[in-house]
Amino acid sequence: MRIGVVTFPGSLDDGDAARAVRIAGGEAVRLWHGDADIHGVDAVVLPGGFSYGDALRCGAIARFAPVMETIIDAARGGLPVLGICNGFQILCEAHLLPGALTRNQHLHFRNRDQHLRIGATNTAWTNTFTEGEEILIPVKNGEGCFVADTHTLDELEAEGRVVARYTRGNPNGSQRDIAAITNAAGNVVGIMPHPEHAVEALTGPSLDGLGFFTSALRHLAGVAGGQLTGGATR
Amino acid sequence: MTTQPDTAPVSKTPEQPAAKLSASAFAATDVLASEFGSVDTVERALETPDDLQPHAELGLKDDEYERIKQILGRRPTASELAMYSIMWSEHCSYKSSKVHLRQFGEKAPKNTRMLAGIGENAGVVQISDELAVTFKVESHNHPSYVEPYQGAATGVGGIVRDILAMGARPIAVMDPLRFGAADHPDTARVLPGVVAGIGGYGNCLGLPNIGGEIVFDPCYQGNPLVNALSIGVLPVERLQHKEAAGEGNIVVLLGARTGRDGIGGVSVLASATFDEGAEQRRPSVQVGDPFMEKLLIESCLEMYDAGLVAGIQDLGGAGLTCALTETAAAAGTGMRVWLERVPLREASMSPTEILASESQERMLLIVTPEKLDQVLAVAEKWGVWATAIGEVTASDAAGHPGRLLISWNDHVVVDVPPGSLADDGPVYARPIREPADLILLQADRAETLPRPTTPEELRETVLRMIASPNLCDKSWVTEQYDRYVLGNTVLAQPEDSGVLRIDEKTGLGVALSVDGNGRYARLDPYEGAKLALAESYRNVAISGAEPIAVSDCLNFGSPEDPAVMWQFAEAVRGIADGCQQLNIPVTGGNVSFYNQTGAAAIHPTPVIGVLGVLENVATRVPMGFPPPPTAEGDLLFLLGNTDCELSGSEWAWVTHNHLGGKPPKVDLAHEERLGRLMRQAAEREHVVAAHDLSDGGLSQVLVESCLRRNVGARVTLPEHEAATTPFVWLFSESAGRAVVAVPRGHDKAFTALAAEHGVPCTPIGVTTEEPVLEIHNQFSLGLDELREAFSSTMRNLFGSPAEVAAK
Repeated sequence: MRIGVVTFPGSLDDGDAARAVRIAGGEAVRLWHGDADIHGVDAVVLPGGFSYGDALRCGAIARFAPVMETIIDAARGGLPVLGICNGFQILCEAHLLPGALTRNQHLHFRNRDQHLRIGATNTAWTNTFTEGEEILIPVKNGEGCFVADTHTLDELEAEGRVVARYTRGNPNGSQRDIAAITNAAGNVVGIMPHPEHAVEALTGPSLDGLGFFTSALRHLAGVAGGQLTGGATR
Repeated sequence: MTTQPDTAPVSKTPEQPAAKLSASAFAATDVLASEFGSVDTVERALETPDDLQPHAELGLKDDEYERIKQILGRRPTASELAMYSIMWSEHCSYKSSKVHLRQFGEKAPKNTRMLAGIGENAGVVQISDELAVTFKVESHNHPSYVEPYQGAATGVGGIVRDILAMGARPIAVMDPLRFGAADHPDTARVLPGVVAGIGGYGNCLGLPNIGGEIVFDPCYQGNPLVNALSIGVLPVERLQHKEAAGEGNIVVLLGARTGRDGIGGVSVLASATFDEGAEQRRPSVQVGDPFMEKLLIESCLEMYDAGLVAGIQDLGGAGLTCALTETAAAAGTGMRVWLERVPLREASMSPTEILASESQERMLLIVTPEKLDQVLAVAEKWGVWATAIGEVTASDAAGHPGRLLISWNDHVVVDVPPGSLADDGPVYARPIREPADLILLQADRAETLPRPTTPEELRETVLRMIASPNLCDKSWVTEQYDRYVLGNTVLAQPEDSGVLRIDEKTGLGVALSVDGNGRYARLDPYEGAKLALAESYRNVAISGAEPIAVSDCLNFGSPEDPAVMWQFAEAVRGIADGCQQLNIPVTGGNVSFYNQTGAAAIHPTPVIGVLGVLENVATRVPMGFPPPPTAEGDLLFLLGNTDCELSGSEWAWVTHNHLGGKPPKVDLAHEERLGRLMRQAAEREHVVAAHDLSDGGLSQVLVESCLRRNVGARVTLPEHEAATTPFVWLFSESAGRAVVAVPRGHDKAFTALAAEHGVPCTPIGVTTEEPVLEIHNQFSLGLDELREAFSSTMRNLFGSPAEVAAK
């Protein structure tokens, strides 16, 4: 399975996302922001960082990169896309996901090991977790406070599209403790904390992040084999 | 942000007409030039030999000014004068420190690892057949006091470019910080800004922050110390040099455009007399753009890998002036530069301003003509400005070094021998004199102060100490730094040292620690410097690494004060002697003088960074006691000897506001033995946790190691000797010690190993599942109570962004 990892100018966790794909057993394919060709990858990760220096708004410029035109179209057609941190911000700017990520309520950048509770396991990126499972992965951001209007928040909850919530403390003031959400089809997931930094015992607080990447591989295997799993069944 | 179109190889005629420049942005420069009508040229300098020049305002002494005239055979132009004032400033020329720093070379142990040393942008040491690392610590003290956020941010940016200039990919940063009293209102201004600046820049560059120090002391009021360390890794064959070799090679300025920021940062150029009346707005603190630096890093690395770069130098303090003169001087070549080609942020900048600007995120490349197009293409790919601004010229016929010839719109504004700026600056053997108060200070020993004796007093002292600003939990600060990015951080603060994996295949890695203790150095700068070295060495060794190299940042008051100069001389001697004894070389560093307000200098504060190597980072030893595998717990040992050494200690300071006496003894041979023991113990997996004893002593270490993973400990302090009371066991700061946790079954082998290495090893207790720190026969403290005391101080001082209630 070939999973693309996009590098924008200012992407920082792109190498780490590629490493996580490899550790999960996939083939990581590096994609370049200026190249609209996504080289036939089966899924895409938009990594963390400060694309374009966070100019204007986080993710606001990346959303217009040539590679994003292709990814946005493909995502609407079911391509699994995971946006991590800045990637989540880009997905919101691209209107593939609702809501927005704003400045942390306490105004500080914050990096800590964060407990999350998995809310939705029927997505392309979380089908190896169990519902209600508590995981521990790093969070590190300055603008990770998820906000949306009440109607949208209600809808996300009603449709089971809150993929993960912060637990044992909310690190940035996100509404309803939301850490990750998905689109209606379940193929696009945005997550503020960093699963790619919890894939090795030596460097991470746990191995809990691996599940996001193995989920994608499982999802893709299901698609390939005709047994639709995760978001693709919806 | 695109590559400039007008970057074709420059013609060799010095008088290239400015009209060839197509960029309309420069039109304004021309207009302004003709408006002033009178840029100071070499020609004019010859015609008006007696014009008065503001050399004193620029920090040049009368005799220094005379020497410049001698070198040039005429008065310098305004631009030349600025360049000499910058390059001969203390910051750039090390004129007061040079005579002392020589010891680092003279006493350097034989070393086969070192590929580049003092005098380069950063020292480079080889760690395997293929790989080398480069690291250096630098100060950015003064700017950070003036403008905490930008000062600290550009401090990170500057040291990272030093690392980049050696051919390395920067892979981490660390920041030793010192502030005035924690509760002083100005500390509330400086600290949050500095921390946000370090985080804002480093996080945005994608460099993990893996350690540092945060120290409070009133002596740093008005003179905070913001030091920054960076480390990078490179394939051995990618090592870069700064020499501008090869006649006809092109000089390319890469990165951000040049603006008026930072003019006078390293000297006193900002003085109003010098600015030709044009502008008064000259902030002397640079403004950083980490996004540009990230692009600069990626484009430089791509150029290195493609073999496009013949020479490279970063632009930091002293800007173009320093980069042009150092690259030319290093090669003995000349250089011809067309200053009007420099892309500007403000078109009205004068040639002097362009030469003196300290605008950030710039590098100077030397490129062979046939590779210029490729260089420009890489720059364009990353969206970075790249401009050919000059070319390398020959040495003269007799083989003498060439000249640096700089023109600006057809006016020759600089014509100097580059070596006179870079290498032939003044050197002073400044007077030194032991501070008059030192004898009295050393006689006022802390060992005579009243001490707590009862269990209840000891318990209360433990709580008060761990809540004190210097010993308390610093996660308020460190949570603002990204420690995960790049995915190779094995250990980061609050661990004794930062540990990074370098090679994912082999597990090869490095450990780094930075330490200093201004109080010890105040009491005895020679021993204090050695103690800082010993602590940093120990921190690295205790993580399981083999220490191999040193970088130092020497923060002192005014070199014109003989007492400060004595402290400096003593500290340098201490470091040089210490490194000789420990057999590890000083590979580079930085001197920061003038950290003083009025007559009051800071404590002499040598900050020492030690780099270690781990063949396999999986063997690293963390500081936290792991959850006990059985109900019986792991065994705890105290390594090293504990004497009654309280002078200069955190306890004397916190309890009695006292500083006096002599600092703890330092035995470097013992430190070496302890290091060897710990490396072998780590390789053989005899230890599951290890923590170095330093500020705050055993009490601090037990609390930190328990709280790290919420594991309790039951400790029995060894039998009393007359002088070694429970209080002394808990709070003495004797050097050369550590606490280790040894799993049952390994204890015999471990104690035998300790005996073999001649390291005293005293059993002091066990770890427990119960979350309590119990000192037998003395007191017990629940970990919750300890945690509350330990972790609330910074919040209370600097605001509580702790938890945000969910809506």
